[in-house]
Amino acid sequence: MKKLDFIIIAVLLACAGMLYFSGLLKPGNEGAYAVVYVDGEEVERYDLSQDTEDTINGIGGINEIKIENGKISVVSADCRDQVCVNHIPVNKENESIICLPHKVVIEIENGVQNSIDGVVK
Amino acid sequence: MAKKTAYYGIFAALAILMGYVEAVLPMPVPIPGVKIGLSNIVVVLCMYVMGKKEAFYISIVRVVISALLFRGFVGLWYSLAGAFLSYAAMVFVYRFKDASIIGVSVAGGVFHNIGQIIVACIILGRNVVLYLIPVLMVSGVAAGFAIGLVSKYCLRYVEKNRE
Repeated sequence: MKKLDFIIIAVLLACAGMLYFSGLLKPGNEGAYAVVYVDGEEVERYDLSQDTEDTINGIGGINEIKIENGKISVVSADCRDQVCVNHIPVNKENESIICLPHKVVIEIENGVQNSIDGVVK
Repeated sequence: MAKKTAYYGIFAALAILMGYVEAVLPMPVPIPGVKIGLSNIVVVLCMYVMGKKEAFYISIVRVVISALLFRGFVGLWYSLAGAFLSYAAMVFVYRFKDASIIGVSVAGGVFHNIGQIIVACIILGRNVVLYLIPVLMVSGVAAGFAIGLVSKYCLRYVEKNRE
């Protein structure tokens, strides 16, 4: 082993250590999104870490959504069955709220892993 | 010329064989991407015995063939990126007189892993695997060091029995 070998190893290990402790490359667990589809087309994308309220223009009506504590829910809708309004707030990977009359689908992307019902892709 | 062809054949065969041994060996670490990189012994040796250009050819041949044999098409992109980046790093270190075969091998190991992570990011479309970089750099140093030691001792015998 020569001198430069030690330098290479030291530099590479130092880089690894710096990258590790700088926290630059943290896995993005806060990057959960709620993606809204109307009639199969993506229309909006919400960051679940920010509390907000918004109105989705579905087909033949509107759905009012609310994001609170990292979960998204539908607070009111002028559809006839109100299934989406009665749905619990969602935040887990692959969970969704669906309003069939308005053809609105709200889906979680990159969300918290579901501990009971896993989905294999 | 015939001798060179024979060398190519031997090195390529050895590299592919090492790829097979590695595919069969289970890795005791539950982190994706951590591996020994046995076939890099052959590429590093080839670089010292035959030359830089020849090592590049061997590297490409081994990646394509062992990917098709053992890993499938998606694995090919990971391996190719790893092989290119690791080759570039190894040639870079090889040029310095102050570095031995161990330094070359360590650089190759680390940059092989970095290349694979870059491809994983592109294929997965998200930066979800970036956090593996420090871990894989350390494992690359360790694996590269081991591979470098083995190559160093192999090189002695190959050089001695060359003529």
